[in-house]
Amino acid sequence: MNPNSNDISPADPAPLRIGETEFSSRLIVGTGKYRDAEQTVAALRASGAEMVTVAVRRVDLDATKEESLLHHLDRDEFFLLPNTAGCYTEEDAVRYARLGREAGLSSWVKLEVIGDQETLLPDTEALLAATRTLVAEGFTVLPYTNDDLITALKLQDAGAAAVMPLASPIGSGLGLLNPLNIRLLKARLDVPVIVDAGVGTASDACATMEQGVDGILMNTALAAAEDPVLMAWAMRQAVQAGRAAWLAGRMPKREWAVPSSPSTGMLD
Amino acid sequence: MMNLEINGKRREVADGRSIAGLLEDLELDPRLVVVELNRRIVRRDEIDDVALADGDQVEIVHFVGGG
Repeated sequence: MNPNSNDISPADPAPLRIGETEFSSRLIVGTGKYRDAEQTVAALRASGAEMVTVAVRRVDLDATKEESLLHHLDRDEFFLLPNTAGCYTEEDAVRYARLGREAGLSSWVKLEVIGDQETLLPDTEALLAATRTLVAEGFTVLPYTNDDLITALKLQDAGAAAVMPLASPIGSGLGLLNPLNIRLLKARLDVPVIVDAGVGTASDACATMEQGVDGILMNTALAAAEDPVLMAWAMRQAVQAGRAAWLAGRMPKREWAVPSSPSTGMLD
Repeated sequence: MMNLEINGKRREVADGRSIAGLLEDLELDPRLVVVELNRRIVRRDEIDDVALADGDQVEIVHFVGGG
């Protein structure tokens, strides 16, 4: 696993645990849209992430010597999580999940079933059906869903190993739009809650972790930054800071000021 | 020669070629790709034994960057 990855501080002794597998980083990153393979790997390393997502696509047979991503990603360093991005039906998502399992030799899948091209919001009905099918086939299913509690509970009942609600639409960088819904999910679910999609910058990641969620998955926030490697480093700190702040328990909010210095002992 | 549809395009392949042979023709490393033959995944340990036939639909996929 990623030798840079040792993000469990003394304040956060429990690693992220999904099913029986433990991850020392609460940040999961995507591998899409970077300038080239070198930048991808540099950003992944800077992020400290152990788990990284990959997509399954046709080999371009007309390209001269097209290189697989696997040429660049050491599978001893990174845990590969194949996704079903771009799938609009249960049937397609299941097909891609099976291909990903064969390609990666692990039965984990980030399950996406998209319902609408412009918003990339999930088709939760098809997502639930695909989750049931894949769980029955022995997959560890991590479904990307919206921030609706009822859907999340149904996904958990269907056997999802974690539930991954969006912060805001995929690739939007709008940050966490509904902290209340995310807190409701976290309060009611037994499986890990990993916020997937919508984080734009480090403060978004920190604020998201401060809701008490178990982790964050992001891609565009890194790849579309002017300096993806530096942003990956920033996100790593932000996820740790947000987690620590959640564990520390924030002070209560007040409407009026309270002095921090003693009000006694003032000079006459 | 056999006429196959590979990744959505027609291609001619020598008679009797196996999946492993096709990958060799295409200069693809079998460890880095997955092959679907007529919508059924061909496991890596089967690629030597599965022969292609005229009209087969073949998909060859691999991992690319994605989120």
